[in-house]
Formats: sequence, structure tokens, C-alpha cells
Amino acid sequence: MTQVIDALAKACEVRPAEPEDAVQGVGAAYVAAPATVTEAGELMRAAAEHRLTVVPRGAGTKLHWGAPPERCDLIVETRRLGRLIEHTAGDLVVKAEAGLPLEKLQEAVSGTRQQLALDALVPGATVGGTLATATAGPRRLLYGSARDLLIGITVVRADGVVAHAGGKVVKNVAGYDLGKLFTGSRGTLGLITEAAFRLHPLPQASAYVSATVADAAAALELTRALRRSSLVPSAIEVDGPDPITVTVLLEGFAGGVPARAEAARDLIGGRITEEPPGWWGRLPDGEVLAEVRAAPSKLTAVFQEAPAHVRGSAGRGVWHVGLPAGDAEQALDRLRRHGSAVVLSAPDGTALDRWGPVPALALMRRVKDQFDPEHRLSPGRFAGGI
Amino acid sequence: MGDVSTAGLDGLAERLRVVAGAGNVITDPAELRTYECDGLTYHRATPGIVVLPDSAEQIAEIVRACTAEGVPYIARGSGTGLSGGALPRTDGVLIVTSRMRRILEIDIDDERAVVEPGVINLDVTKAVRSQGYYYAPDPSSQQICSIGGNVAENSGGAHCLKYGFTVNHVLACEVVTPDGEIVEISEAPGYDLLGAFVGSEGTLGITTKITVRLTRLPEKVETLLAAFDTIESAGEAVSAIISAGVVPAAIEMMDALSIEAAEAAVACDYPPGAGAVLVVELDGPTAEVDHQFAQVKELCDAAFEIRVAADDTERALIWRGRKSAFAAVGRISPDYIVQDGVIPRTALPEVLARIDELSGDSGVRVANVFHAGDGNLHPLVLFDDAVPGAAERAEMVSGQILDLCIEHGGSITGEHGVGVDKAKHMPRMFTEEDLDTMQMVRCAFDPAGLCNPGKVYPTPRLCGEVPGRRTGVHPLVESGKADLF
Repeated sequence: MTQVIDALAKACEVRPAEPEDAVQGVGAAYVAAPATVTEAGELMRAAAEHRLTVVPRGAGTKLHWGAPPERCDLIVETRRLGRLIEHTAGDLVVKAEAGLPLEKLQEAVSGTRQQLALDALVPGATVGGTLATATAGPRRLLYGSARDLLIGITVVRADGVVAHAGGKVVKNVAGYDLGKLFTGSRGTLGLITEAAFRLHPLPQASAYVSATVADAAAALELTRALRRSSLVPSAIEVDGPDPITVTVLLEGFAGGVPARAEAARDLIGGRITEEPPGWWGRLPDGEVLAEVRAAPSKLTAVFQEAPAHVRGSAGRGVWHVGLPAGDAEQALDRLRRHGSAVVLSAPDGTALDRWGPVPALALMRRVKDQFDPEHRLSPGRFAGGI
Repeated sequence: MGDVSTAGLDGLAERLRVVAGAGNVITDPAELRTYECDGLTYHRATPGIVVLPDSAEQIAEIVRACTAEGVPYIARGSGTGLSGGALPRTDGVLIVTSRMRRILEIDIDDERAVVEPGVINLDVTKAVRSQGYYYAPDPSSQQICSIGGNVAENSGGAHCLKYGFTVNHVLACEVVTPDGEIVEISEAPGYDLLGAFVGSEGTLGITTKITVRLTRLPEKVETLLAAFDTIESAGEAVSAIISAGVVPAAIEMMDALSIEAAEAAVACDYPPGAGAVLVVELDGPTAEVDHQFAQVKELCDAAFEIRVAADDTERALIWRGRKSAFAAVGRISPDYIVQDGVIPRTALPEVLARIDELSGDSGVRVANVFHAGDGNLHPLVLFDDAVPGAAERAEMVSGQILDLCIEHGGSITGEHGVGVDKAKHMPRMFTEEDLDTMQMVRCAFDPAGLCNPGKVYPTPRLCGEVPGRRTGVHPLVESGKADLF
């Protein structure tokens, strides 16, 4: 034990783990916090030499997502990798270290009236954690999700090698897009240490139009009308079922937004507000939280099959559902008839098929075998036991 | 060399005739030569066999047959690529998807279409335009290029500044893997294999069915042409537009030499005497477009002339000069290289000045056409192959322009791809470790290295044995049917 901690300490700051460092009840042995990408590389190399299993941790806001790791020898924290590396306003590009909280990044770029058009679905999340879990909120409709806004990435491989892909220009097709592969990989392919994103101008004005409807079929009709309109909403969200609310976000220049908001109200009724509803951009409550992806027209089916809270992008067909643990298994089975349903979090000890059918799983295993041949990175947390 | 390497392909050709039908397998040397290059004619190789399959199942069988014989294979759509990504091999099979041209499904309600790889880009838009939709990625070759090729190259286009690239508009792909399996890949659940596949230049498999997102046609489109005395003042206008928080659908710039070429070719009638022109297009809700268009006109006040398109016909006229620019250069120079590099947009003035210097020092003329909004340069390097040493000098200047892009933190390709043409430049942009890591994906998909080999990466990675850990995993978990804990 001393030998291992000494080896890790040569790379960076390290301490023995405390009980509260456990990942979903799986106790860790060490917690290390590299302060530079070079240190992170050395740390990962030392971990490889000692065959340690590694679980990366940002702010820890979603560490309870996924299955518990099979083993967790070393937690690699990104909190000391929290620098904003570069913000070139004229190029609408920002580059930051993985441990930087998304809110801090937004604060830094907002000075030039710019934004990373990605909603922090879970408050406090870091850049790295947001990428590793591929979280995105309401505005994914207009701007896409994390993978669409990411233009460059630095990762540390399981063997400690530091690798880059992409760059810091928006348009770039040189080499494979490892950034997208790592987005949503939940710490199973490597440690994300840096990321570059394209930015968008902050809109001058925003307006929300919210309408409450009698049932899911009526909600679908409203979302359909909004999608077929020429209003270019930034988000079309639905929340329900008690009651079911459809809210549309319009953003743009101050002189144009009021007219677009009124046009949206003509389409769906309801009222116009400057502020979003309280539930906007937050995950729904529920013991078992799952992400459902299906065609937008499956909205009624999603409400029908999920006997609980449904919230999400009716424009893109990505919803979060909060299910009671007792009904979750059956509800997930039913939801999977319409699309995919992946469990994000569940109470300890709940027996569930978290992923459902995963097409191309054999290829995914081979990708994992290449990047992490000894299966030491977040083992067991991902699809198919990866 | 063809005789030696293709001799061993006779048996395979027989096998492919059984799979795809005798009429769809080409082995006649004269006919094979039709396929010896793609849009980059500089690199040529007569394929060993050409096969034109009609279905995913046929492609899967072709891939399995090639794999069994250890024969490399290359997919080709319309052959419009500009980096030699679909360059055949004399010892290999060229799988041409031009017979797979069906639009399988149009679902306006869910804003998507399912198409075969040989479907022409513009045909998707044509099929849905009357219902108020279009397919957003619009490479300049959109009248002839295929969606399968767009997926391989992650094609962009003039409007990707606002709307993104092919990868942002593809929801799922059915793929024949180098194992000869037919699998569906998408963004989720699991790894985003789709994100890695799109833009992999045909090296990870062959797409056989693509689900694309359809975009609502904008309520209003405004297009202007602004003529400036100098390229510097045009560049300043671009900066001012971006700084004002406007995201136009497109901002294109052409310099005097490329304007001259376009005039000669298509008589686009751009304002005479311009040192540079900007084409700026805005689209979206009327209220937004009207406001921003007024702003853009103001920010172009250094222009000596501004023309606004009154209707679609005038819009097409404005675009005609820009869209014909590459081919038009043929009117003012017997030969030319189309370069594709990217720089951070703010480096534009400096890089243009350096290109000017390079041109002056070497005596090689360079015409500049670019997507100014995202810093994607398309310098056209002019030369006359009949003059001894001219091609080499042009090649040198072209390479030095890429050096400038790398030096300024940009990229060696924004949309034409690496292909065979730029593989040698990859080590200047990426470290050995970066390239090794990217090729781990290649090893996962294509350990035998038979799927479009020799493209993108200068040195293939050896895929070796992987020490898999296969103990203690429940067979159901292993097969993906269950994930219990």
C-alpha cells in the first residue's frame, strides 16, 4: 500500500481514500488530483504499472449514474485541472481544462456576450463530467448537444499516453473525431483533461411561452405545430403529467423576440414569460431516472408507458423520466418498444437492465479493448458490463 | 503492375459475379479506367475489380469475400471527393454505391428521411422541399455528390457556419463492418460510434442506409453581395459582423483573381474593380433576418457597392460566381491545385498577407476563395504543367499554405478530407501518440486493415492481439441482452 501511494505521489497530489469517497458503495483506496495534463499522464502511467482500477471524478454530481464499478482502486479528481486555457472571442472558441465548472466557463465568456450553448442539466457539473455523461438540456434542439459543440479534446489513455483530437477551429475534418467517441463514454475509455468548444453569441432577448394541456395527445399536437412553424425555437420542452405543460423558448434580437413569442402563443395558447418555469432545464424527480430517446411523435407513447414524471426535449425526442423503483423494470421494457431507454441512476441494490438492447455492442467491446485492454477504467459501469 | 496484382483476383471476380450479378462486376481494363480517380485527378490507380452492389446484404457478402482473400476494398459514391479518399487500388475491389439510390422513407412528422448511400445530396432536398423542409448540408458538389460520400467525408458546405456539418444532421447509419456484419450505429445508447464513423473517410466500414435530419425551410432569406476595394477591408467587415453577434447562414469571400476567373467562366457580373467581394446570406424568422440584415449592411459600409438579391433568381446569380469558382480557375490557368485549410478566423489578415508574400516570392499565382465566417480557406494555386518545374513550385506553395494553417493553430483540412493526398501532413498537425490513439478505433473496426487502406494515416498501426478479459462475465451480460447488478 505504501509502495503504491508513493508511486502515485511521484506523479501528483494523492491521499488515502475516505469512506465518503466510495462510488455507489464501492470503496476506493486512493484519491489523486493531478494539477496539469502532464501530471495526469504520469498518474495514469503509475496506475497502469500497479494495475489499479481508475474512476475519474469531476464535481461528483453524477457519480451515482451507471452501475457501480466492479472495483475502484483510484479516484482521479479533476478539481485541480480547473483552468480556462483560452477564450478567443473573435473566433467564438473556448478551451478549458476538464475540472472547470460549466457555470464558471459561462461566466468567463459572457463578458464578451458569448455563451457555450449547453445547459448545465445538473448544477455544479464540470466540463469533463458534462462530456463524460453527454448531458444536455433544453437548447439541444437548436444548438445540438455536447458532442455537437465540442471541437477538440485532450485525453489521457489507460496507459498514461496523452492524446489530442480535433483542434480549436470549428471546421476541421483531419483525423477521427475522438471527441465524439469520448462524449458519453462515462470514464471507460480514458481520462478527459481538456476540451475546446465552439461558442455562440448571447441572445439579446429570450421569451418563454407555456401552455398547459389536457393530455399527451394534445401536447404532441402543440409540439408538432411548433416544429412545423418557421419560428426557429431554441427549445421545445414538455413536462408532466400533472399537469402536462409545453414550453417553448424563443431567443434572438430584442426587436424580434416579442413578435415571435406572440406568434408562438397564437399557435399553442398559454402565456408569455421572461423567466422559464421552475422545472426548466432540471432533471425530474423519481427513484429511477432514465433517459429515453425516440422519434418526437412518440411523445404520447412515452407518457403512456412511463407511469411517472416525464420531462425533456419534445423537439429532439430526448426525454428524462423519473420512475418508481417498483415499476421501473416493466416501464423500461415498454418504453424500449418505442426507442431506447437508459437508466442513469437507481437506488442502491435495485436489480435492473440499465441499458436495454444496445446495437453494435460487439463493436463497442472492441473499442473498449483497444483503449483499455485490461479493463481498468470505470470497469462494469457501462453498456454490456464494459 | 496491374497484371501481377490483378491475376489473383480472378477467383474473387467470379465470386462477386455470383453475389452482385455478372453485369454488375467490371473487370474489363478499359471500363475499369473510368474509375481510376475521384475528384482529385492528380492521384490515379486502375482498380482491380469494380462491383456495383444493390443492397447491404450484397455489400456484406462482398466485404466477407474480400476479407477471406485478404483483398483490400474501397467504397465510392459519386467520386467527387477532393482528397483521393476513394482512390482505388490496383490490387483491390472498388465498391461503387451508385445503384443504391433509393429514398426509402420520408417522415415529415418526425423530420427525418432514410436514404441509401448513393442518393444524391440535392435529391433529398428536392424530395421534401414542397413540404417545407430541406437537407441542410450543402457541399458545392451537391448536385452530384452522394449522401454516402458525405457521411464518409463529413461534408460541410457554404451554410455549415450556421447549420453544422453532415455529422450534425445524421441520426443513424446502417453500416457493413469490416467483419461483414450489418449493424446500426447511432449517438446512443452506448458509445457514440456514429460520431466516430462519420468523417472516417471510408476506413471503418461502408454505410448502406442513412437516417438524416430534415430542417424546416427558413421563413426568410436575404443575400447580399458587397464589393470592397481591398481584401483587408472585406476581412474587417467579416470581423465586424461576427463581433456584432450575428451568425449568418453563410459568409463567403473571393479575391480579385478568383473574381476574374469567375467572370471569365460564368459572366457572374460582379462589380468591376473589386479587390474582394463578400457574399453574405442570412436566414430565419422574418423579424430576426430583417434586423440583422440592416445591421450587416451597415457593417459593410466600407464596400463601394452593395447588391441585394430581390428574389431567388437574383440570389442564384450572386451565388453563381462563388459556386463556380473552383472550376472557373481553369479559364485563367491551365492547371491548379485546390487547397483546403483552416485558420482561426481572427488570423485571416495575417495569413492572407503571408500567402501574398509566398505568391510574390515564388512567382506562383494564388487565387483565394474562402468560407470567411469559419476561417476555411480554399486557396487555388495556379500553374502550367507544361512549364518544367511549375508543378513542383505550385505543390511547394500549396504545402507552405498548410504550414501557415498549422502554425496559426488551424487544420490541414476543413471539409475535403485527408484521403491519400494529405496523409503525409497529418504528423505536422498531430503527435505520433495522437495518431496512434485515433488508429485504435481503426483497429477495433478493421484489425486486418483492408477497408480503404492507406488513407488518412501515413503509417498504419499494427493491431496485434488484445489481451481481452473474458472471465466471470455472465453470458447474457456478454451478449448485451441483460445488464444486471
